[in-house]
Amino acid sequence: MSTMQLDIVTPERKVYSEQVEMVIARAAEGDIGILPNHSPFVSPLKITAVKVKKGGEEFLVAVSGGFIEVRGGTVTILAEAAELPDEIDVERAKKAKKRAEERLADKQREDIDFKRAEIALQKATVRIQVGKSG
Amino acid sequence: MAESMRDIKRKIRSVQNMKQITKAFEMVSAAKLRRAQEQAESARPYADKIREVIASVASGTQGVKHPMLVSRPVKKTGYLVITSDRGLAGGFNANLLRTLVKTVAERHRSKEEYVIFVIGRKGREFLKRRGYPVIGEVTGLADSPEFSDIKQIASKAVGMYADEEYDELYLLYNEFINPVTQRPVEKRLLPLSDMKNTEAASGPKALYEYEPSAEEVLAELLPRYAETLIYSALLESKASEHGARMTAMGNASDNASDMIGTYTLQYNRARQAAITQELAEIVGGASALE
Repeated sequence: MSTMQLDIVTPERKVYSEQVEMVIARAAEGDIGILPNHSPFVSPLKITAVKVKKGGEEFLVAVSGGFIEVRGGTVTILAEAAELPDEIDVERAKKAKKRAEERLADKQREDIDFKRAEIALQKATVRIQVGKSG
Repeated sequence: MAESMRDIKRKIRSVQNMKQITKAFEMVSAAKLRRAQEQAESARPYADKIREVIASVASGTQGVKHPMLVSRPVKKTGYLVITSDRGLAGGFNANLLRTLVKTVAERHRSKEEYVIFVIGRKGREFLKRRGYPVIGEVTGLADSPEFSDIKQIASKAVGMYADEEYDELYLLYNEFINPVTQRPVEKRLLPLSDMKNTEAASGPKALYEYEPSAEEVLAELLPRYAETLIYSALLESKASEHGARMTAMGNASDNASDMIGTYTLQYNRARQAAITQELAEIVGGASALE
């Protein structure tokens, strides 16, 4: 089976860099699956778990504030934060989720806090999902 | 003898203690410098990659305009100054703040014409005490700061440019040249006017599919790129800080060694003088008995 290079990069480090068979991510207009020899493509990513297939096995990567770029046989995901399953502290994510839910329940807050809590909730949910998959 | 032997001995001991501390500090800074350099190194791929994508988006599509790429008449200026939280780093903060004060004095007539963001306690104290218009600050950053630590101030600085609160944004920080040399630099962060020309000609051009559209991709990428630049400047400034502190502490240790040398000489002189005097007294006493 043919493969392609996948790089997941954050401002702090290179999270992942290997040959993989398929990448499934949630782009701006819906889920997109990328196989080798995909045509050049750029899109922002939603805060989700990106699914990666490598050697017949699948795993998830938690990505937030991300971007995907496909070009000439390489897929690059640029993200503000990205974590592999074994890097995630599920307990911490659960606490963050609870905090965000409490904040959302309190409707009196201003819009900006509300948005921030929503994002925090999404991040926490994705982390829990990815953390449990590992 | 002006000073007694005991006094001199006390001085030597205190200088020795000081030397131990500065020596330890120097070694700690050397270790931190190495780590900061590594971190700055590992942040590079991200910035390079974003730059690459933006350059190809900007060159691959005609007629895509974004306010961050276009210069507009300057009515107000924003500055983002990166200093350290702690001192004992030689002229690290002083040089940078002097540069800032000088630039501001040359360029602006009143405090209405500019605003300042500041990272680091030293810069904040200096600027606030002198009544500069500081509108954003971050202090207490770790030695290896994470992107999320400065995300807020960075997006505020970039966002205010986008909202046309000011029409250009400068970044002031200590550039890392090598472990013993740092130089305060001022770089224009926004507008990103050089973006279109730099890499447009070189490299393989790719005709991307954009989702949702080229404009929107660019609108997402540009602020993020600017934030990334701020983050890399911060990492560089951290490396400079440790370098500056290492040098300053190295000098302090050398000075302490010199002082110990001088005092030891003084101490030996005083000791000899005391012995000579004692001998003279004994001889004097003996000859008085004869």
